[in-house]
Amino acid sequence: MKLDRRNFLRLAGAAGATAVVGRGAEAQARQYQPPPQALGCLVDLSLCIGCRKCEQACNEVNQLPAPERPFDDPTVLERKRRPDDKAFTVINRHYAGRRDDKNQPLPTFVKTQCMHCQDPACVSACIVGALTKKPNGAVHYDEGKCIGCRYCMVACPFQIPAYEYSDPLTPRVRKCTFCFERISQTGGKPGCALACPVEAITFGRRQDLLGLARKRMEDNPGRYEPHIYGEREAGGTSWLYLSSQPFARLGFQTLPDQPMPHLTETIQHGVFAYLWAPLTLFGILGGVMALLGRRNDKEERP
Amino acid sequence: MSHHNLAAPMQGRQRFWSPGALVLAAMALVGLAFVVARYGGGLGAVTNLSQANPWGLWIGVDVASGVALAAGGFTTAALAHIFGRHAYEPVTRPALLTALLGYVFVTLALLVDIGRSWAIWKPMFFWNPNSVLFEVAMCVMVYSAVLHIEFIPIVAERLGGVIKPLQWLNHRLDKVMWFFIILGVVLSCMHQSGLGSLMLIAPTKVHPLWYTPLLPLLFLLSAIAVGFPMVVVEHFIAGKSFALADESPLLSRLVRITILLLGLYGAVKLGDLGARGAWAYLGEGSTQARAFIVEMLFGVLIPWVMLLVPNLRQRRTTLFIASFLIVAGVVLNRINVFLVSFRPPFPEQSYFPSLGEMAITLGFIAALMLAYRFTVYFLPVLTPADKEAAS
Repeated sequence: MKLDRRNFLRLAGAAGATAVVGRGAEAQARQYQPPPQALGCLVDLSLCIGCRKCEQACNEVNQLPAPERPFDDPTVLERKRRPDDKAFTVINRHYAGRRDDKNQPLPTFVKTQCMHCQDPACVSACIVGALTKKPNGAVHYDEGKCIGCRYCMVACPFQIPAYEYSDPLTPRVRKCTFCFERISQTGGKPGCALACPVEAITFGRRQDLLGLARKRMEDNPGRYEPHIYGEREAGGTSWLYLSSQPFARLGFQTLPDQPMPHLTETIQHGVFAYLWAPLTLFGILGGVMALLGRRNDKEERP
Repeated sequence: MSHHNLAAPMQGRQRFWSPGALVLAAMALVGLAFVVARYGGGLGAVTNLSQANPWGLWIGVDVASGVALAAGGFTTAALAHIFGRHAYEPVTRPALLTALLGYVFVTLALLVDIGRSWAIWKPMFFWNPNSVLFEVAMCVMVYSAVLHIEFIPIVAERLGGVIKPLQWLNHRLDKVMWFFIILGVVLSCMHQSGLGSLMLIAPTKVHPLWYTPLLPLLFLLSAIAVGFPMVVVEHFIAGKSFALADESPLLSRLVRITILLLGLYGAVKLGDLGARGAWAYLGEGSTQARAFIVEMLFGVLIPWVMLLVPNLRQRRTTLFIASFLIVAGVVLNRINVFLVSFRPPFPEQSYFPSLGEMAITLGFIAALMLAYRFTVYFLPVLTPADKEAAS
């Protein structure tokens, strides 16, 4: 792990030495530092026109298979889609209550892809560490380590990692890469952000994007919902959204602020710091065995 | 530790290929055919797994239930060898064999389930100590090795005369076996509870009837509680096929401990439900609510009351029924936690196992039972009726 994080073995170890499975100690055990230099994207849904140029760019950049229907076919939007192993990002059309002058419903388009969580559940879950949170914000998948357990898919609160179920021997977990190779170079941008003709996707430092989002809200009173989706959801995400419609009506989930790995990692490191719990149990059982196991042996053996 | 040992191979007492054994072989072959199809067309060809439901029957039954039902191995070992209740030694051998085969088949099922079967060794070298699954995998791996070591004396008893190094090894092991017995119990406690932590990574996806920070504790308590009932069920099934010494009196004494263990599990589970206020979900009329009620009623409360009544506990049939209900209840609990409770935010279609998944699960169970039969046929694991009569 590149980032020196979750390194609280010392703390939990001290807690373990003094306590039973101390709840108080557990509560403060997990300390996580999200990458301070994380990059991100701000998606302004009030600007998106649903042209699907981002989907097309994503398809080309990642060399994904050609879609069944072309990217300019509007009928694709008739049904809600999810990103999958052949498309890392999709646009969906929602009618969330917005109406034009003639009282006709107006659509709101929503782009969906990996949110690149600041404290990702998939990274915590991955048995071999094939998924990592990079300092630049990308949640990166290393095919070379993956064993295909699909625990990342179970863990992801956004239901993003997709699996190549039809590959018998070398299936991969597939998801938005945040164009990791491209954004690792100076001036590089994700394919989708570069392709967007209306600049609905702004690429930059996450910290700056939060500022930009707030400024847009201030400059355009009444235009936006007073919420930046992704600022706090699941501990915060590298991808952020602004919307003029309530997020709940656009297929966004209401998620807790607490990072998903909080509970599991608190338990794991609370119990396994310096192996204090297993060693204690071993000691107790050894004592019992010496006391009871032998005594009865002597009594019973002729 | 072979003071009470009257175990003997079944070979020569019964023939191996009974009609039941043939049926098991046929089931295993059907399962094998679907395994071949899985390696031909991928997981998608034989399973109903989806982007929304990445884990299915194999994880819920073959892996999670398999590990839970193997708990008889460490609970009997703890009782007889650590707590010094040597009277129970006749049941430790079959329980150990069940555990050993259980873990072998858990591993086989995992091989089929993971997308890259050939990469199963990778967790040994690429560590992620934050991952609950990593901890579980490590414990399961080491515990499987420990179970093999614990089994060596049984093999040596039969083959030690022929294979001299085996006898030497067995002799050496005798001095340090206490270490492996304790280690086995510790490792079991670790990964039985670890399995319960697995789903805690997905708080928004797991139904609140099951999602509780106490899930690891509940998994551990239920594994400990199911250990002896599993020994009972197994003894009765084996007794249907072989003329075994009747251990019913011993078993009904054994399940008196289960009253305490199962009662503790049920109390913690219901107490947790109350403390979290999650009982309110029982009235929502959902599949999850019904599954939870069935799990608690038939898997915990009814068998617990049955064991409580001395008359029912001491009668063979009711002892078997109560034990079977507890075993089924734990299996249902694991299915509930891993599958029924799992509610993906964007479901495409709800998951139900495919024919292929069921065939492979049944095939593995059949193969496990055949392997059990094969082992007790040639090695001294069970106590035959004639041996007991002779003593």
